Amino acid sequence: MPSELIHQFMRIDHLPHIWCAGCGNGIIMRDVAVAIKELMEDPEVRLNREKVVIVSGIGCSSRAAGYMDFNSIHTTHGRAIAFATGIKFANPELEVIVLTGDGDCSAIGGNHLIHAARRNLGLTVVTFNNDIYGMTGGQYSPTTPTGDKATTAPYGNVDRPFDIAKLAAGAGASYTARGSAYHVRETIDLIKQGIKHKGFSLIDVYSVCPTYYGRKNKKGDAVEMLQWQKEHMAPAVRYYSMSEEERKGKLLVGALTHNNYPEYTEEYEKMVQRCQADMKAKAHK
Amino acid sequence: MSARYEMRFTGSGGQGVILASVILAEAAVVAGHQAVQSQAYGPEARGGLCKAETILSREQIWFSKVIQPSFLLALTQASLDKFAQDVAPGAVVMADSSLTVPDILDPEQVLSVPILETARKKVGKVMTANIVAVGAINAALGLFDQESLREGVRRHIPAGTEELNWKALEEGAKLITPEQAEKFRQTLE
Amino acid sequence: MAKKKVVLMQGNEACVEGAIAAGMRFYAGYPITPSTEIAEQCAVRLPQVGGKFIQMEDELASIAAVLGASAAGVKAMTATSGPGFSLKQENIGYGAMAEIPCVVVDVQRSGPSTGLPTSPSQGDYMQARWGTHGDHPVIAISPATVREVYDLIIRAFNLSEKYRTPVIFLMDEIVGHMREGVELPNPNDLIINKRKMSYHDGANKQCYAVPEGEYVPAMKPFGQGERYNITGLAHDASGFPTNDNAVAGALYTRLMEKIDHNLDDIVRVQEYMLEDAETAIVCFGGTTRAVMTAVQEARAAGQKVGMFRPVTVWPFPEQKLRSHLSRLKKLLVVEHNYGQMVLEVQRAVAGQVPVEFLGQVNGTVIPPAAILEKLKEMEG
Repeated sequence: MPSELIHQFMRIDHLPHIWCAGCGNGIIMRDVAVAIKELMEDPEVRLNREKVVIVSGIGCSSRAAGYMDFNSIHTTHGRAIAFATGIKFANPELEVIVLTGDGDCSAIGGNHLIHAARRNLGLTVVTFNNDIYGMTGGQYSPTTPTGDKATTAPYGNVDRPFDIAKLAAGAGASYTARGSAYHVRETIDLIKQGIKHKGFSLIDVYSVCPTYYGRKNKKGDAVEMLQWQKEHMAPAVRYYSMSEEERKGKLLVGALTHNNYPEYTEEYEKMVQRCQADMKAKAHK
Repeated sequence: MSARYEMRFTGSGGQGVILASVILAEAAVVAGHQAVQSQAYGPEARGGLCKAETILSREQIWFSKVIQPSFLLALTQASLDKFAQDVAPGAVVMADSSLTVPDILDPEQVLSVPILETARKKVGKVMTANIVAVGAINAALGLFDQESLREGVRRHIPAGTEELNWKALEEGAKLITPEQAEKFRQTLE
Repeated sequence: MAKKKVVLMQGNEACVEGAIAAGMRFYAGYPITPSTEIAEQCAVRLPQVGGKFIQMEDELASIAAVLGASAAGVKAMTATSGPGFSLKQENIGYGAMAEIPCVVVDVQRSGPSTGLPTSPSQGDYMQARWGTHGDHPVIAISPATVREVYDLIIRAFNLSEKYRTPVIFLMDEIVGHMREGVELPNPNDLIINKRKMSYHDGANKQCYAVPEGEYVPAMKPFGQGERYNITGLAHDASGFPTNDNAVAGALYTRLMEKIDHNLDDIVRVQEYMLEDAETAIVCFGGTTRAVMTAVQEARAAGQKVGMFRPVTVWPFPEQKLRSHLSRLKKLLVVEHNYGQMVLEVQRAVAGQVPVEFLGQVNGTVIPPAAILEKLKEMEG
């Protein structure tokens, strides 16, 4: 039985989704929907559903845009953030949420990611990070760990991986966070923070791909992969109460950076006001 | 002047020869003539040789590039030596008086005038050399009325610099004697 | 009556003024010679009129942002030159597929690769048609004078909005960097197409549905409650991906037919001294300027020469060209490339009259004398 949430926020006609059994993407898509629902109900936010625009690129993650019942645009590979920049800049009233993957946003679209982070335009980017190219059948991505296997890394991956949240933080993103498919409640809260945050925000959510990444690397089934996330990732409350020793080999689930840098569309509007005031002053002379 | 009057403006980057060619084209359209202006870009525009062109006519100008100029302005020796070779027979060549006129030119066709020195000493700013040149060119060729010329200048200078530029135009015009003006005058047919 | 104001204006500058007059309020671009003045002028002018200017990180981002802005309801433009035009191609195809209006200006320069960045060329003629992959409609317009740049960029926006497709504004260095005196029209005299919109039809979210006998779906506002989907995948009338071959086939056919069935509205040509001409010179864009001078000189010498110039360069005006063939003895195609439009001319003429070609790719402009020489050689 589809839940009330699905009836309210998913395009029932276009379900079931194309994701494999055990894929983490469905969990993350649900997290995004719950985050939006809770912000719509939050009296201090009152997020307007009709102002929400979901933008995606190409890959498994990016099919989410078509399933979610909002204004949605499924763009070209790597360009979701660039399309989203145009949408948000053209109409800053819109709440633009980008759903993307590790390959889409940090390989072919890496340049757009770092520059959107630098500009601090008010987008919310949620990455469905499964360490692999799933749609094309299991090639290594920029987040595939060194030594792991993929169809294009049959003898083990030689590349060193990106940490997407740290990459965005390094590029100047004012809000960056890491979530996971396992840590549902925490991830929903991180996405909510990201949407509420005025500037550019990125929530790198670790998904699981049992079909390609899991099978290639003998990581077990979906349950075992989620178990790995439970054991190797720690929510902020717990993480910060741990000793240095306990933190070894554990990843923080929580915000990495949270700053109040000036937001791009607001700064642009100020510049327009200055420009037009100058024009009026000159016309009066 | 023939139906199509081709002018070339040369010097080194930063001397403002492109602006001189733009201003004369602007003055032409203010005065009701047709004008097309263009310039060479690229490495040539980065401190080396600089070349700009203006074509004037009573009628619509189609081909937009200079074929054989009837007028050449040269502010550096390198530009004078290079572009003197391509001028039309009987073309007017205005060269800064600091330059040596190459043998290829008939001294009768050359107007040697102290443009750079006038900008530096009389106007007090070397960067006004291009406006001094515009004043001298218009005085020698008698192309446009003063009002059109000033409007041509006004549209391309920062507000508040008018007086300096009018001074540069006047000092440029003074470099041309009435006899020279008589000799080199062109008329748009 | 007030004296009309004629001002000296550069082609690239007229492109911006015309676009703003057409309602363009969003520009995203990346600097590239010889189109850079368009970006610079947009940076000056758009804030003055309450529009948005953004210098993106690359050419791909520029066209993507333009499509995003247009989907959000703002008329949008980007400008580039050869290398950047190559990079934009994938998303030009997206615009054609998702039916998002926009104008892409290509101020052509000499290529391939970095080529001669500041030199004139018309080497992107075929790329304007076939640059993006797959079968898709294209409208491309090429101006020859500064005033035409102004008028035709407005037309480019109008056609883009009317037919919901990217329009390529195919300029070249000759026209982009040239200054001419222009008298701009009164803004009240301009015809500006508004986007055909459809609002709130409730449960019926057939956002790509087209009424019988029409080809272009009305656009729904994005972010105003319609909640529809846009995709570059083959899609059905509801805007969702389809694997139904019949539905996909019908979509591709409609995309082509919306242009092919409206050629009278889209195609424009300039004809000069063709009435009694025995030889017609075919050209486009900046080359027109040398050809016009050559035709005038040939006529002065008693030669029966005229000019046929596609203003709409894609779709190629083949019917209009064919309508002259019964009177013409020869055609000469002149363009700044190794022969691109000449292929379209040969296709249209289908052997009915001989087609000669004069091209040049060395970074310089073909002078009228070279055209007259070629005409003489053809006489011979």
